[in-house]
Amino acid sequence: MDFSMLRNLISRYCVGEENWVDNRTVYIGHREPPPGAEAYIPQRYPDNRIVSSKYTFWNFIPKNLFEQFRRIANFYFLIIFLVQLIIDTPTSPITSGLPLFFVITVTAIKQGYEDWLRHKADNTVNRCPVHVIQHGKVVRKQSCRLQVGDIVLVKEDETFPCDLIVLSTSRQDGTCFVTTASLDGESSHKTYYAVQETKAFNTEEEVDTLRATIECEQPQPDLYKFVGRINIYLDGNEPIARPLGSENVLLRGATLKNTEYIYAVAIYTGMETKMALNYQSKSQKRSAVEKSMNAFLVIYLCILISKALINTVLKYLWQGDPGRDEPWYNGKTQSERQRHVLIRAFTDFLAFMVLFNYIIPVSMYVTVEMQKFLGSYFISWDEEMFDEELGEGALVNTSDLNEELGQVEYVFTDKTGTLTENNMEFIECCVDGLVYVPLSVCNGQILPGASGIDVIDSSPEPAKKENEELFFRALCLCHTVQVKEEETVDGIKRGINQGKGTSFYISSSPDEVALVEGMKRLGFTYLRLKDSHMEILNRKEEIERFELLEVLNFDSVRRRMSVIVRSGTGQYYLFCKGADSAIFPRVVSGKVEQIRARVQHNAVEGLRTLCVAYKMLSPAEYEEVCHLLTSAKLALHAREKKLAEAYDVIEKNFILLGATAVEDRLQDQAADTIESLHKAGMKVWVLTGDKMETAAATCYASRLFRRSTQILELTTKRTEEQSLHDVLFELSRTVLRQRRSMLRESLSGLSNDFQDYGLIIDGATLSAVLKPSEDGSSGSYKEIFLDICRNCSAVLCCRMAPLQKAQIVKLIKASKERPITLGIGDGANDVSMILEAHVGIGIMGKEGRHAARNSDYAIPKFKHLKKILLVHGHYYYIRIAELVQYFFYKNVCFIFPQFLYQFFCGFSQQPLYDTAYLTLYNISFTSLPILLYSLIEQHVSMDILKRDPSLYRDISKNSLLCWRIFIYWTFLGVFDAAVFFFGIYFLFDDATFTSNGQLMTTNTQMMFGNWTFGALVFTVLVFTVTLKLALDTHYWTWINHFVIWGSLLFYVVFSLLWGGIIWPFLNYQRMYYVFMQMLSSGPAWLSIVLLVSVSLLPDVLKKVLCRALWPTTTEHIQTKRQCLAVERSAIFMLSQTSSSIGF
Amino acid sequence: MMASGYSAKEEDGHLPGASGAAGSGVAKSKKPDNTAFKQQRLPAWQPILTAGTVLPAFFVIGLIFIPIGIGLYVTSNNIKEFEIDYTGADMSSPCFNCSQSSSWNSTWPCRCSIAFTLDQPFESNVFMYYGLSNFYQNHRRYVKSRDDSQLNGDKSSLKNPSKECEPYRTSDNKPIAPCGAIANSLFNDTLELFYIDPNGTRTQIPLMKKGIAWWTDKHVKFRNPGGTNLNLSTVFQGTAKPVNWHKSVYELDADLENNGFINEDFIVWMRTAALPTFRKLYRIIQKKSNMTPTLPRGNYTLDITYNYPVLSFEGRKRMILSTISWMGGKNPFLGLAYITVGSVCFFLGVVLLIIHHKYGNRNNSADIPN
Repeated sequence: MDFSMLRNLISRYCVGEENWVDNRTVYIGHREPPPGAEAYIPQRYPDNRIVSSKYTFWNFIPKNLFEQFRRIANFYFLIIFLVQLIIDTPTSPITSGLPLFFVITVTAIKQGYEDWLRHKADNTVNRCPVHVIQHGKVVRKQSCRLQVGDIVLVKEDETFPCDLIVLSTSRQDGTCFVTTASLDGESSHKTYYAVQETKAFNTEEEVDTLRATIECEQPQPDLYKFVGRINIYLDGNEPIARPLGSENVLLRGATLKNTEYIYAVAIYTGMETKMALNYQSKSQKRSAVEKSMNAFLVIYLCILISKALINTVLKYLWQGDPGRDEPWYNGKTQSERQRHVLIRAFTDFLAFMVLFNYIIPVSMYVTVEMQKFLGSYFISWDEEMFDEELGEGALVNTSDLNEELGQVEYVFTDKTGTLTENNMEFIECCVDGLVYVPLSVCNGQILPGASGIDVIDSSPEPAKKENEELFFRALCLCHTVQVKEEETVDGIKRGINQGKGTSFYISSSPDEVALVEGMKRLGFTYLRLKDSHMEILNRKEEIERFELLEVLNFDSVRRRMSVIVRSGTGQYYLFCKGADSAIFPRVVSGKVEQIRARVQHNAVEGLRTLCVAYKMLSPAEYEEVCHLLTSAKLALHAREKKLAEAYDVIEKNFILLGATAVEDRLQDQAADTIESLHKAGMKVWVLTGDKMETAAATCYASRLFRRSTQILELTTKRTEEQSLHDVLFELSRTVLRQRRSMLRESLSGLSNDFQDYGLIIDGATLSAVLKPSEDGSSGSYKEIFLDICRNCSAVLCCRMAPLQKAQIVKLIKASKERPITLGIGDGANDVSMILEAHVGIGIMGKEGRHAARNSDYAIPKFKHLKKILLVHGHYYYIRIAELVQYFFYKNVCFIFPQFLYQFFCGFSQQPLYDTAYLTLYNISFTSLPILLYSLIEQHVSMDILKRDPSLYRDISKNSLLCWRIFIYWTFLGVFDAAVFFFGIYFLFDDATFTSNGQLMTTNTQMMFGNWTFGALVFTVLVFTVTLKLALDTHYWTWINHFVIWGSLLFYVVFSLLWGGIIWPFLNYQRMYYVFMQMLSSGPAWLSIVLLVSVSLLPDVLKKVLCRALWPTTTEHIQTKRQCLAVERSAIFMLSQTSSSIGF
Repeated sequence: MMASGYSAKEEDGHLPGASGAAGSGVAKSKKPDNTAFKQQRLPAWQPILTAGTVLPAFFVIGLIFIPIGIGLYVTSNNIKEFEIDYTGADMSSPCFNCSQSSSWNSTWPCRCSIAFTLDQPFESNVFMYYGLSNFYQNHRRYVKSRDDSQLNGDKSSLKNPSKECEPYRTSDNKPIAPCGAIANSLFNDTLELFYIDPNGTRTQIPLMKKGIAWWTDKHVKFRNPGGTNLNLSTVFQGTAKPVNWHKSVYELDADLENNGFINEDFIVWMRTAALPTFRKLYRIIQKKSNMTPTLPRGNYTLDITYNYPVLSFEGRKRMILSTISWMGGKNPFLGLAYITVGSVCFFLGVVLLIIHHKYGNRNNSADIPN
């Protein structure tokens, strides 16, 4: 938005034009309108080149480096590297330069490769030929040369090269079919319309004679919104203005289907197309683990700085004695002597920083990234989450949030299509209180239509016959279903199955398909829409034709749709169907009470109900309606609002006909999943647009509410009786009393058989609760509401608008515990919620892929939520938690001895370890075991995690990364480091020995120097740190064995090699034979064994004691796993069977 | 804070047309492979650390460590060690005068001798060390002040030593060989040991000066420039001796095998010590025959040619005589540490046994938490 604003401003100043700040005028075929119209102002638009690549050949290196060093971590390491280059530091620049170089190079190669692919893709897209009409001829052009205003010919199965307005199509009625699968994933065919006045121009020559301008808004990213107007200059000078809406716009990326060709005019090109505008970054979500990791980093940065400061200060205190600063044996150079003391101190500080900088290793970021990236494959690889029917498994759109899946506290789920199948089945209809049930499907065979009516109450009287047929006709006419005559259609398809077995009904709404199909079974078959006439085959096998005059489309605010038709006898009808709440207030006559009773009955059964009403229009009334609609449609500004107003005026004074009931079955294992989520300590909220009774029934069916659950209602019905204030306070009193008694019980150790509560709230009440009231007490309402919610195990929010869903999520997210939320849904109406929640999960449902596209993870079915949270989420969390803690631990172990050594080398920044060890410690000696651990660790087996959802509570609230555990790990690191250092120190101390017997060869004693000291500490360090991980590993596959023992072996082999030869390219040979000499010493072996044992001892002891004295649930399970495995699986099987029976 | 800035992912909104979403491409339209790895069902050993499983380990560690520790302690105690400080900081010390007068430019070496008595005979080979304290051989400026390629016999480095040697790189515009602070401060006291017979005769004890450095150092890492058989004084022509040295590097020893860079005293000194208090091997006193001890009980004198000043940095000089065992020199720490750790493990084993008995049963009978 900002971008287009900016561009508008710029273009305004450049051209000096005012009138197209918000609009653009497109001259079709670049032809001037006839004189007298507006002046022809050629406007400049970008060409149709798509540039998705970031870099060019020339700017790749500088730009990529700039991008990479903009990341703070990289920048930090660059600074360290530069400091090493500039000042005289203890370690060579290679130690930090090499890892940094590695990371930067790998990232650059990856990005470069991706960019190269993008270039290639861009080129193929930009160079692909398009057909443009110029001077009545078809000319081939490269796609990137396309200009706004060009008339384009698109043939069947071709993709639109830019955003186009349909002028005419090969079909007589000016329609064309389009699939937007690559844009929003919806594979169903959508119909787009040409403007009536232009649809006749369907040859090259004719189109070339068309003189028209299009005024439309400047490009904006909303795929489903478009407002514009076409001015057609026919013979006369007075232009004909026609409105253009999203039904006239063909978007780049969509594909033309079932239409031979179309002529269309380009309106948005290149980077201004809606597709290009839509691929803007989503806001980055950060996981709780990442937040704690950052907190830990800050702590470690403080530790680093304070270490460097302490050492610098101590150095200058110690050097106060001149004999120490520069003894005769260790002179300084002239330049060193002359340097100012402050500069020297600062240099020393930097040198200490460099010496200790490994405490924040580059490799941690690399490892975390790799763990997340590689780990996310396990989700998409999971066979259990693969849906045969859909042919798709789980999708990972971001791997940043893997571990957040293990932290979810609130689950916000949509109902339709998420909890339920969104696979509609027409169950019954009720006309004037009489209930009709189509004899249902037997083995897929539908019984002949005429005999399909089973009247429950009484046989229809002749007088009612008319209403009944009107009802059926209404349902046959009032919809937007298309008839598809091929089999190769994806999406919703049902055979019409009458002679022509290859016809299907297609619609974006499965309810409509179910209704039209239900009507067919009741004897009224909708055949097709032909030349604006809807054809119906009635019970007497006669074709009735109705002219379709207007369609008042469905929207989620009105919750109804209408059509205006003219029957064969010339009567105007307005048929309307919609939610009961949307219809009843607008009804003036009809058997309202009976129908209302039936609707409520059905809703309680969990059926989706719709009401049908109609009214007759006189021709005069119709004219008025027409006028209203046209003027609203022609409006360029606020068209939506004007249309809504017009609809409001038109859709009233109905005569109620009846109601329908459609069943939406629960998804497979939905109840089991919800139950597991509850046991895992998650609160499940259902947010639905459906009405309360239906939603509540679904909740009972899915065991969100149990029989024992006490339902608290916070609905408009209640708030009408009492004030909202009273209701809220009453509810909170009920809940709080409960909690207090619960507390008392838990204190006195009684069983926790407590009443659980379920809350039902509707959209209207919710907005009342959230609305800031005049006296400013809204805050307290919100608080009370949250307090009630917190004490309810399940909450049902019905009658929610899409934005309200997001509002609720936001409200919970912002509450004082800051819980982790998860939003799951399948439709476009859930997108806001999915984007708002910490983790957004999309279901690849029937209502298109909009949700899946915007989600972080997409799964085929609701039941997969159980596995993705309880198993994958749990694993990812414990894995990354260990990864983070272990990384800090191993670097404390690594650096702390170096810190201690400064006290024994005159604070001279002498590194304890050799350069190679400093460099390779994090890169190769200790990197693979933890990476592999963090990929394949399973502390308990998958089946147990699924069977025992309560284990999820053990890791809730980021418990493995809380400060207590972080401090434990840090202290363990400090302890281990002290053990390594002082253990070796006492061996080297003068009072004991500094040499050893060379047992194998001669019986002489060799002296050990400082590098042997370092190598010994380092060896103990590598072994301790690796074995510590081995102790933490609960799942030893051959890979673990391979990497753990392999990296120890690698360390030994490397050390032997590193010390084994005189390296020609190095100017020092300090490590020559140091490692071999060390290994030839008996005490060195003995001390390695001893110190490794001592370092590991406290951790083992802590583990064992905690397990024995204060075991967590997880530990209980682990301990008991073996003995109870058989028995438990039997119990599990039984409970499964019973639940499926109960279901 | 840092991680937030760091992400290998694309953070910009570019069309993923060709590159595709990172983790998604695999399972797009086909069923994922049913391999044990992909389904995370690799066969695995799943050990759990419980009191029950750890118990035996603790006892075993205890049972192994305690005997080792006792063995080490006994061995260490059997090692005889004698140490004498000859710095001469005290007025009473025979070396007091030397310590006061000694400086680098004194031409006449100062000599002093210290008498001492060994209460016990030293059997087998005896190793003679010099020890320095408060001498920071591990100071960073000091450690790096050497040129390994020069010491390895590289001719170009001989003439043009590494910058790291500063300020001991050149003297009188001639390159110093061997350059650097370490070489410059080579320990140059001469220690001689005499046995005083009960009847008063002084017998010099033969001190072996070869075989005190690492074999690899002497034969590979350190090499004289220009091979072994040449005349060293011509090889080192054009170089200067380190400023603090009394004689040039090719005059260190008459023996060609022990002269120049491959002089073993020099090699030993060049291996910088880890801690400011250290000892370095000086000489070996080899066992003469099976019958007599190497150093019999009795009176000895240590004759010192006192060259090396240490008082300026409050250092001390010592002479140490020690025998060795299979595990090296005297080292009670390792034995004691083994005994302590072994006992602690054993004790913990007992504690765990109690805990296991008391709580293990309770755990097993506890209800399955749901």
